[in-house]
Amino acid sequence: MSTVFIAFQTNEDTRPIVESILADNPHAVLDEQPAMVKINAEGQLVIKRESIEERIGRSFDLQELQINLITLSGNIDEDDDQFTLAWKN
Amino acid sequence: MQIDLRTVAIKPLRHTFDHLVERFGDKSASRYQEGSYNIQQEHIFHYRPTWDADRVLFDKKRTKIQMKDWYALKDPRQYYYGAYTIARARQQEAAESSFEMIEDRGLAELIPAELKQIALDVLVPMRHVEWGGNMGNSYITAYGYGTVITQPCLYHAMDHLGVAQYLTRIGLVLDGPDALDAAKEAWMSGAAWQPMRHHVENLLVLDDWFEIFVAQNLVLEGLLNPMLYDYLDADFSAKGGTAISMMTRFMAEWSAETAKWIDAQIKTAAAESPENKEQLSAWVKHYRSATREALAPIAQRAFGDKADDVLADLVSEFNARCAKLGLAV
Amino acid sequence: MDMKANKKKLGLKEKYAHMTRGLDWETTYQPMDKVFPQATFEGIKIHDWEKWEDPFRLTMDAYWKYQAEKERKLYAVLDAFAQNNGHLGITDARYLNAVKLFLTGISPLEYVAHRGFAAAGRNFPGVGPRVACLMQSIDEIRHAQTQIHALSNYNKFYEGFHAGAAHQIERIWYLSVPKSFFDDAFSAGPFEWMIAIGFSFEYVLTNLLFVPFMSGAAYNGDMATVTFGFSAQSDEARHMTLGLECIKFMLEQDPDNLPIVQKWIDKWAWRGIRVLTLVGMMMDYMLPKRVMSWKEAWEIYFEQNGGALFNDLAKYGIKVPDCITQCTVDKEHISHQAWCTFYQYAHASAFHTWLPNAEEMDWLSAKYPNTFDKYYRPRYEQWREMADKGERFYNNTLPMLCQVCQIPMVFTEPDDPTKICYRESDYQGEKYHTCSDGCKHIFDDEPEKYIQAWLPVHQIYMGNCWPEGTDPTAEGFDPMAKVLEWYHIENGKDNLDYEGSGDQANFAAWRGAATQNT
Ligand SMILES: [Fe+2]
Ligand SMILES: [Fe+2]
Repeated sequence: MSTVFIAFQTNEDTRPIVESILADNPHAVLDEQPAMVKINAEGQLVIKRESIEERIGRSFDLQELQINLITLSGNIDEDDDQFTLAWKN
Repeated sequence: MQIDLRTVAIKPLRHTFDHLVERFGDKSASRYQEGSYNIQQEHIFHYRPTWDADRVLFDKKRTKIQMKDWYALKDPRQYYYGAYTIARARQQEAAESSFEMIEDRGLAELIPAELKQIALDVLVPMRHVEWGGNMGNSYITAYGYGTVITQPCLYHAMDHLGVAQYLTRIGLVLDGPDALDAAKEAWMSGAAWQPMRHHVENLLVLDDWFEIFVAQNLVLEGLLNPMLYDYLDADFSAKGGTAISMMTRFMAEWSAETAKWIDAQIKTAAAESPENKEQLSAWVKHYRSATREALAPIAQRAFGDKADDVLADLVSEFNARCAKLGLAV
Repeated sequence: MDMKANKKKLGLKEKYAHMTRGLDWETTYQPMDKVFPQATFEGIKIHDWEKWEDPFRLTMDAYWKYQAEKERKLYAVLDAFAQNNGHLGITDARYLNAVKLFLTGISPLEYVAHRGFAAAGRNFPGVGPRVACLMQSIDEIRHAQTQIHALSNYNKFYEGFHAGAAHQIERIWYLSVPKSFFDDAFSAGPFEWMIAIGFSFEYVLTNLLFVPFMSGAAYNGDMATVTFGFSAQSDEARHMTLGLECIKFMLEQDPDNLPIVQKWIDKWAWRGIRVLTLVGMMMDYMLPKRVMSWKEAWEIYFEQNGGALFNDLAKYGIKVPDCITQCTVDKEHISHQAWCTFYQYAHASAFHTWLPNAEEMDWLSAKYPNTFDKYYRPRYEQWREMADKGERFYNNTLPMLCQVCQIPMVFTEPDDPTKICYRESDYQGEKYHTCSDGCKHIFDDEPEKYIQAWLPVHQIYMGNCWPEGTDPTAEGFDPMAKVLEWYHIENGKDNLDYEGSGDQANFAAWRGAATQNT
C-alpha cells in the first residue's frame, strides 16, 4: 500500500474541509506545517460533498476545493458527490 | 513586541524593473506592464527546435509582418491574467444567471418553434467554428513573438472555448444532447456547412501566425460575430426569442470588446510600414471573399431571402472598419 | 410538463463530456497530418484519443469563476503587503536572496511553460489533452505574472531584483541550468514535453520546489511569497494530474510507447534533479529559519511519494530511473557542494552569499550526520579564518561546465566524496565533458542536441558576453566588469557578501525606525 496525500492552505475556508476529511477517513493522519495542512492516508482518501455541506451549512461544489488546494498525490476520481485519491496497488 | 510597520515612511530605491525603466522611465509601472513587457526571452537559445530546425524557439521570422518593436502591439484592455479572469468571471456570472433562469422557468419552451429551429441550425454547429478559433489563437500564443500579443491571443483562445461551451449549452437547453449530435452531423456532412468547414480547415494549416490573426480574428470574426450577435440577435429579440438573446449576451459583449483589441493590433501593424500595410490588406481581401462564401449558405438559413442584403451590409461595415484601421481593401 | 421531466440535471462527467468532446472532428478538406504536423514524429503511437480520461473537469465558466476568486484574494494580500511595509516583517533581509534566485531562475520558467503548453494545446490531435494543456498554459502565465507582481515590491527596496524575470536567465552562468532544462523540453516534440514538464517536473519535482520552499517563506515571514506560492500550487494539483494522466495514456495506447517513455522518464528525472540542486541549496543555506533539510524533503517528496508513483506505474512496465541510486548518495552532498560554489563565485552572482554561522553549522551537522562535519564544515571553517584575516576567498578562475546540465563541475564521484566527478564523450572529433553518468548518458543519446548548448563560461571566453559596443582592446579593459554589466549585476550592490551589503544596512535602519516608532 502506498500513501496518498492532499494539502490545503491553512485558513477559515479549509478548516471544515479538513474536519470532514478526517471524519470520513479514520485512517488519515494530519500533518500541520507553516501555513499548510497536509493529510496523509494509506491507500486512499475520500472527500465527500455532503460532509462538507453539513459543516458549512450551504451547498458546496467539490470544484471549490481547488481554490485552497496546495498539492496532492494519487490517482484522482471526481464526480458530483465525491473526490477520491487512490493508489491502486 | 508588536512592531507597527506601517508608520515607517521609506523612500524606495527604484520604482520598477530595468527594462521598464528603459522603456517608460523610472516610475511605478502598472501590473499590465510588469506582467507583459519583455518577459519573453529574446536572444539566446540553447537548442534548435526539432519541429522547426531553421529557427530558434521564439523567432521573429515566423511571420511576414515585421515590427521594429513587437511590444508596440499592446492590448488596449491591458489584460494581464488577473484582470482578464476577473473581467470574464463577472461576465460569466451574468451569463450563468440568464441560463439558470431559462432552465429553471422552462423559458426555452416559450420560444416560437421556428426561431428555436434557426438557433439549433445556425448557432449550435458554430461550436465547431469556435473550436477552430481556439486552435488558431493557441497557435499564435505558441509561435508568435512578444508577450503583448501572444498573451491576449491565449485569452482569446480560452474565450473561444468558453463560447463553444455556451453554444453547447444553448443546444442542451433547446433540445438536449441530441442537439449536439445533429449539429455535428450538419457540420460534418450537411451541405450548408461544408463551405464553412472547408474554410475553417484551411485556416488550421496556415504557418504564418499573423496571417492566422488576420484571417481568424479580424476577418472571420469580423463578419461572423456581427452576423450572429447583432443581425440574427435582432431577429430573435423582435420575434419572441428573447430567451435566445439572453443566452448569447456573453458573446455579444465579448465580440464588441475583443474587436477593439483586434483593431488596435491591425492598426499598429499597418502603420508600421508600407510593406506591412500591403501584406495585411492582401490577406484581408483574400480572406474576406473566402469568408463571405463560407457564410453564404448559413446566412441563407438564418435570414432566408434577406441573406444577401445582410451579407452585403456586413461586408460594407467591415470594409469601413478596415479603412479606419489604415488598410487598403 | 413532459419536457422538463426529461431534462434531468446532467452530472459533472456527462456535462463535461458534452462541453468538450465532439468539439473537434476528423478533418477532410485538409489532411489530419497537416493540421497536426507534430503528432507522430517522436514515434509515440496513439490509436484512440477518445480514451483520454479527463483528470479535472473544468469548463471555462467554472475556470473563470474559481481563478478570479483566487486572483482577488492574492492581489488583496499583495496590496496590503505593499501598503503596510510588509517587507519589514520578514525574519531577516538575508532571506531575500532565496527570493532573488526565485525571480531570476524560476519565474522565467513559468513563462516558458506557458508558451510550451500553448504549443502542446495546439498540437495534440485529441480535444481532452488539448483543453487540459491550454488551461495549464494560461495558469503558467498567471504564475509568471503573480510572481513578478509579488516580487516587484521587494525590487523597490532591495538590490538584486532589478533585472526582472527574463534578462538574466538568458545570460548568467548558473541560470543557464534551469533555462537549458526548459529550452531542452520546448525544443523537443509535444509528447516529450509532456513527460519532461507535465510529468517529471510537475508531478515528480514540483512538490520539492514549492511546498518546502513556501513553508520556508511562511516561516520567515514572507507573506508575499507564501501567497503567490500557495496560490500557484492550487493550479499545480491540476497540472500534476495532467502529467500523470498523460503518461498513463501513452502507455495504455501502444506497447511500443514503453521504451520511448522510459527513456524520457530517465532523462528528465535526472535533468530535473540536477536543476533542483539550486533548491536544495536554498533550503539548507538561504532560509534564516529552516523548515526541513533538503535531504528530508527529498525523502518525503521524492523517495516516498515518488516511490508510490513508480509502484503505480510498474503495471505498465515502467521502472524506477537508474539515476535514483546515485541520488540516494547525492542527497547528503549536493546542497553543500552548491553553496560552496556560490560562496566562491559570489562576485559573479546576482545575490549575496555568506558563511553559515556556528548555530547553522550545528543544524547542518545534525541534519547531515554522515557528511557535513567530515567534508564541508572544515571548508567553511577555513574560509571563515581567511575572511577574518581580511582574505575572503574568491575563486577567480571560471569553472568548466557540464555540457548537459550546465552546472560547474563540482559534484563528486558516487563512491568518493573527495574526488570531483568528470565524464567525457567524443563526438565528431571533439571532446565534451559531463558531470556525471546521468548527464553523460543523456549526452551520448542525443549528442547533436547537446553540442548546441550555449555554455556561459565558454561564451565569456569567446567574448560574447559584453554590452554592445564594448571594445576589448581599449586600455584598462576589465573583462569581468563588462560581463557583470552585460548581466545587469551592479558590482558591489547586487553581488558579494551579505555581510556589509546595502540590503543588510537598509533593513537594519528601516526596522530600527519602525521599532522606535512604537
Ligand atoms: Fe507554474
Ligand atoms: Fe551535468
